[in-house]
Amino acid sequence: MNRALTRKWIWTVLAWGVALLVFFPIFWMVLTSFKTEIEAVSTPPRLFFQPTLENYVAVQQRANYFSYAWNSLYLSFGSTIVALVIAVPATYAMAFFPTRRTKDTLLWMLSTKFMPPVGVLVPIYIIFRDLHLLDVREGLLIVYALINLPIVVWMLFSFFKEVPREILEAGRMDGAVARDELFHLLLPLALPGIASTSLLAIILSWNEAFWSLNLTASQAGPLTFFIASFSSPEGLFWAKLSAASTMAIAPILVFGWMSQRQLVRGLTFGAVK
Amino acid sequence: MATVKIENVRKSFGQVEIIKGVSLGIEDREFVVFVGPSGCGKSTLLRLIAGLEEISSGDVFIDGERMNDVPAAKRGLAMVFQSYALYPHMTVADNMAFSLRLARVPKTERDRKVHEAARILQLEPLLARKPKELSGGQRQRVAIGRAIVRNPKVFLFDEPLSNLDAALRVQMRVELTRLHDDLKATMIYVTHDQVEAMTLADKIVVLQAGGIEQLGSPLELFHHPRNLFVAGFIGSPKMNFLRTTVTAVGSSAVSVALPAGASVEVPVEGGSLRPGSAVTLGVRPEHLLTSESSKLRGEVLVVERLGGTTYVHVRIEGGEMFVLQVDGENPIRMHDLVGLGFATEHCHLFDEAGLALQRSLRHPMADQKTRDRRGATGA
Amino acid sequence: MTTGASTLSAPGAVPVVRRARDKTFALKLPSIGLLLVWSIVPLVMTLWYSLQRYNLLSPGERGFVGFDNYTFLLTDPGLATAIWNTLLLVGSVLVVTIAAGTLLAVLFDQEFFGRGVARVLLIAPFFVMPTVSALIWKNLLMHPVNGLFAFLLKSVGLQTIDWFADLPLTAIAIIVAWQWLPFATLILLTAIQALDPERKEAARMDGAGPISMFVFIILPHLGRAISVVIMIELLFLLSIFAEIFVTTSGGPGNASTNLPFLIYRYALLDFDVGGASAGGVLAIVLANIVAIFLMRFLSRTIEA
Repeated sequence: MNRALTRKWIWTVLAWGVALLVFFPIFWMVLTSFKTEIEAVSTPPRLFFQPTLENYVAVQQRANYFSYAWNSLYLSFGSTIVALVIAVPATYAMAFFPTRRTKDTLLWMLSTKFMPPVGVLVPIYIIFRDLHLLDVREGLLIVYALINLPIVVWMLFSFFKEVPREILEAGRMDGAVARDELFHLLLPLALPGIASTSLLAIILSWNEAFWSLNLTASQAGPLTFFIASFSSPEGLFWAKLSAASTMAIAPILVFGWMSQRQLVRGLTFGAVK
Repeated sequence: MATVKIENVRKSFGQVEIIKGVSLGIEDREFVVFVGPSGCGKSTLLRLIAGLEEISSGDVFIDGERMNDVPAAKRGLAMVFQSYALYPHMTVADNMAFSLRLARVPKTERDRKVHEAARILQLEPLLARKPKELSGGQRQRVAIGRAIVRNPKVFLFDEPLSNLDAALRVQMRVELTRLHDDLKATMIYVTHDQVEAMTLADKIVVLQAGGIEQLGSPLELFHHPRNLFVAGFIGSPKMNFLRTTVTAVGSSAVSVALPAGASVEVPVEGGSLRPGSAVTLGVRPEHLLTSESSKLRGEVLVVERLGGTTYVHVRIEGGEMFVLQVDGENPIRMHDLVGLGFATEHCHLFDEAGLALQRSLRHPMADQKTRDRRGATGA
Repeated sequence: MTTGASTLSAPGAVPVVRRARDKTFALKLPSIGLLLVWSIVPLVMTLWYSLQRYNLLSPGERGFVGFDNYTFLLTDPGLATAIWNTLLLVGSVLVVTIAAGTLLAVLFDQEFFGRGVARVLLIAPFFVMPTVSALIWKNLLMHPVNGLFAFLLKSVGLQTIDWFADLPLTAIAIIVAWQWLPFATLILLTAIQALDPERKEAARMDGAGPISMFVFIILPHLGRAISVVIMIELLFLLSIFAEIFVTTSGGPGNASTNLPFLIYRYALLDFDVGGASAGGVLAIVLANIVAIFLMRFLSRTIEA
């Protein structure tokens, strides 16, 4: 075997070793979800066993699970749509009609993300309580839309800037007013960028674990809350918990895999592309 | 009718003034070329007419109507961009039909117009393709087709040939000339290439640093440049310039000194010149000759043979370089010693400020219209 | 919104038409307005509450008390522990994720079999929601009786560790580091892949071995990406909450309480609005210090 091939195998073993090690906890959880509760807590822990779907069935039978899952869906998709509707016009304006203030405005918007949520926990909680928004989905939806807005604006801005200005000018010469430019030209061309931005926003909302834990309960709680409510399980519960968790994270693992590159752009605010 | 009038237009970006008070008029069906070096403001001027930039002060009239506050979409103009700016997500046919779709033209009418334009430009086999599948020249034609379909009052071209290779550029120049003749439309064309300007234009506007240096027909600019800048800009290779002094001022000619004791008599009106005044002599390479009897001699440094013509770079005693144009059959070689002769009737003289002195005789072709435009101002 | 010196005042000046900007203001208004409200109103309220004595359980007894809450907060021994824990947590996770992240990034930059799939596996933990992560580690791995770690330790004859009782902060750090390692790796890997291959080739022609390559070519190039990772992780790590909430609830005692959790406890367990607000102000100040550096950095790299 020549040197290059040997090296390749060394990297393969090393890298896969690390990858499997890092992935292992997730793997273990998924494995556990297919065990019976007894097997789940048996010592020594078993790698090979007769898999069963009873946990998934059990979780499905508990109607509660689906209402929490529905909340997660409603909140992630809903807040993303709201954020997009608010962000697209603003980003369009800033990308194509920049002023001297544009850069400052963008930076300021980003800066609102740097506020530690715990710093404003008290007033938000009190406002929500007084407006009867506690444990109400729409309340949390607004919060999510607002905390994701800076990232959505930022990412859309960088994607819009990639649309050549001359194409929009050609549209204008063809008789397009602002609305036409937006719908016939900008949105179709920026669609991939909008899709990745949405993906990222959905992931961030789905996994959000501060406001969801403090502002909701059984009515509006998303899956983060649902899982958290099992923080002191009785020993016989783990297999089902694993099944519920697996279902809770599966879609996001897929989304995350699809959106890796956008994640880098979005979460580093464009500093690394 | 599609006339354009620009009155004292100024444009600033922030504190920097790009267009410094430009006024000009464009007649119906005229092909006008804005030409000038990079940064002179020609594209900006075009965009002001198009409505893609806002005018800082002054007025733009199209067909007598003031257009300052009218948005680009409503001015009834069409523009062909340097980068073509085709809509990447639409087919060629949709690209060309877009403006009609926005104007809510019915489908049958749209298709008819698109096919008509496609026929003129030989785009019919490409109608279902997307821009990324086309070559540069083809995209260029689609951009023009998009403009034709609109049947605009004025066509605007922003350096449309700059991104094409040399051979294609020559071919497209010819096509544009014929297109102008076919469509009989008013066209405003921006380029930095003076060859395009000379070959395409009815009227050339030479711009520099935001102002008009000269405005006139191609031959008028060629034979009667108003100043040093225009003289040096129009014509390739560039006009030869020599700084010298006046030796004598006559009633219809001025004599100037040449190195090595030679002198040449230039047929211009003397004006306020006196013997001793500093002037610049200008003579084009095609108006210089080799002359055995000339007192002005020099060494040939470079010979550029193009086949049909040859350009000879000569360094005369005194150090100045002259470029001569000679016939392609001329066997002249590097390091030969030659004498330079001047076709005096084609020499130009410029005063200290760079302004041309009025020539005693006007060139017969300078006032000829390049096209017989029926119903226009008359030749 | 003024836009600088008026050009109309200069003699012989050119009048500048400024209509374009106002046209787009309406488009920007919702975003800017909402964010303005979101950032200012709660902040002002927190400041206001921090100067009050207000407990949600006894809402009748409210009153302005000046800086009493701050004094109380700063003399609470729990605060010192919380801040210290926060620093430990943040510091340890930063060090681990960046060190390991750099090495992993270099590793995954190499060509090897199944690189795409291996990368997906490596990235996965970042997308798992924090509550699930915490529970996986708490119940399946670190549980002193039934957890996998207990089994592994026992089978090599070692004592089992009761992670959450004896080493709570370490346990939390492990969980958080596991979650953020993919983030650091991904960012650094993207940065490495942006390194011009010609530079590496030039270095190899100059005789650089793998170590020199790493130290003199790769590390300096990564400098910027590492700063970005540090700043962003810093921002988020200062707010670690869910993992603590789900596993130790800050205990035993205050052993694994960080600043956010401390404030949470004041707010929603003690219902001490005044105290929690004072703590909130402290947290905001700390975060802003980091944010200032991050903003300056971004302002230099942003293209607008």
